[in-house]
Amino acid sequence: MLLREVQKILDAEVLVGAEKLDMEVHTAFGADLMSDVLAFADSGCLLLTGLTNPQVIRTADVLDIAAIIIVRGKKPSPETLRAAADKKIPVLSTKYILFESAGRLYEKGIVGSAQKVDGRRVRL
Amino acid sequence: MNLETIVQALQLRVKSGRDRLGGEVRGGYVGDLLSDVMANSREGDLWITRQIHQNIVAVASLKDLAGIILVLGAEPAADTLEKAIRENIPLFMADLPAFEMAGRIYQMICPRKA
Amino acid sequence: MGAVSACEKWLYENSFPVDGGNFDDAGRVSGRIKTILKEMGIENDVVRMAAVITYESEINIVSYARHGMIRLHVLPEYVEIEVVDEGPGISDIRLAMQQGWSTATDKIREMGFGAGMGLNNIRNFSDIFHISSDVGSGTRLKMIIHIQQEQNR
Repeated sequence: MLLREVQKILDAEVLVGAEKLDMEVHTAFGADLMSDVLAFADSGCLLLTGLTNPQVIRTADVLDIAAIIIVRGKKPSPETLRAAADKKIPVLSTKYILFESAGRLYEKGIVGSAQKVDGRRVRL
Repeated sequence: MNLETIVQALQLRVKSGRDRLGGEVRGGYVGDLLSDVMANSREGDLWITRQIHQNIVAVASLKDLAGIILVLGAEPAADTLEKAIRENIPLFMADLPAFEMAGRIYQMICPRKA
Repeated sequence: MGAVSACEKWLYENSFPVDGGNFDDAGRVSGRIKTILKEMGIENDVVRMAAVITYESEINIVSYARHGMIRLHVLPEYVEIEVVDEGPGISDIRLAMQQGWSTATDKIREMGFGAGMGLNNIRNFSDIFHISSDVGSGTRLKMIIHIQQEQNR
């Protein structure tokens, strides 16, 4: 699915990265705990979160996450948006809660992203 | 939709509140920050989270949530489980990530046709 | 900075300071380390593991310590990351390693950290993990990630 379609499904506002809406995405990860994202989310997934601070961008950058969807209509600070623009990570904002956003995307074929932690070694 | 149907369909592991599985699930909420869930969840929501701190039980109880699903194989902290049993809050464990769990539950309780 | 060390078996060696309390800065060192390892052609999962380890370490330093240093050593066989901080230290390491245990402030939690997962992430993302701490003086972590190993797992 194109990021443009994600935007449509979630009736989302594009805050950063309007030029990257033709990017393909297939998986998503939803969380407010960045340690959880770091432990489990795959590269190239969408990150759905209620957090809006710059650490969300840093976390996405560490994992090469494709794009960030801020839920519940929250607006990130200018500092967060600047970090996203710097790292060229698209940021969209939807008025839906995370549950509803996940439901709507799942319905259209986006699946959950997660990798397993197996013993000490993280499997990709 | 009753809780039991969801528990069966998604093979949730029941850790507490077994006698409340007949309860109704009206919606869902995904969130890991207690203040967010306190502020924005609604009565009858099934709460999907990775937060294992014992305060999740207090939040579920205060907000009259249908239950709590700990995702990605997260184990409840010992005092969390004790408290959930004491307050008879349905607490479940599952291996799926939150997004996938939310997607599947949404399909079950909000069957809008595309 | 960043030059190949006199000891020729190091492919790369460098140290990166991290200031305590400066939340805006967390992620800077891990971003650099990720870039360095990528440019060296290190395999993706090793780069990811190193980035996660250093990012969680930065978060720990800015959250709890006065000052810290992250040292990166790259050898042909493995990546070694050492994190040394000056801070309050950890009185009960076993407790601190327990999932969900945390002394984080609300500020840290609101940023999406402090859920008692950081040290676990660091351990889970290393092949060898060692932690030691002196109360009142600081904490020292040493992690090793093997390169090109267990590919068939």
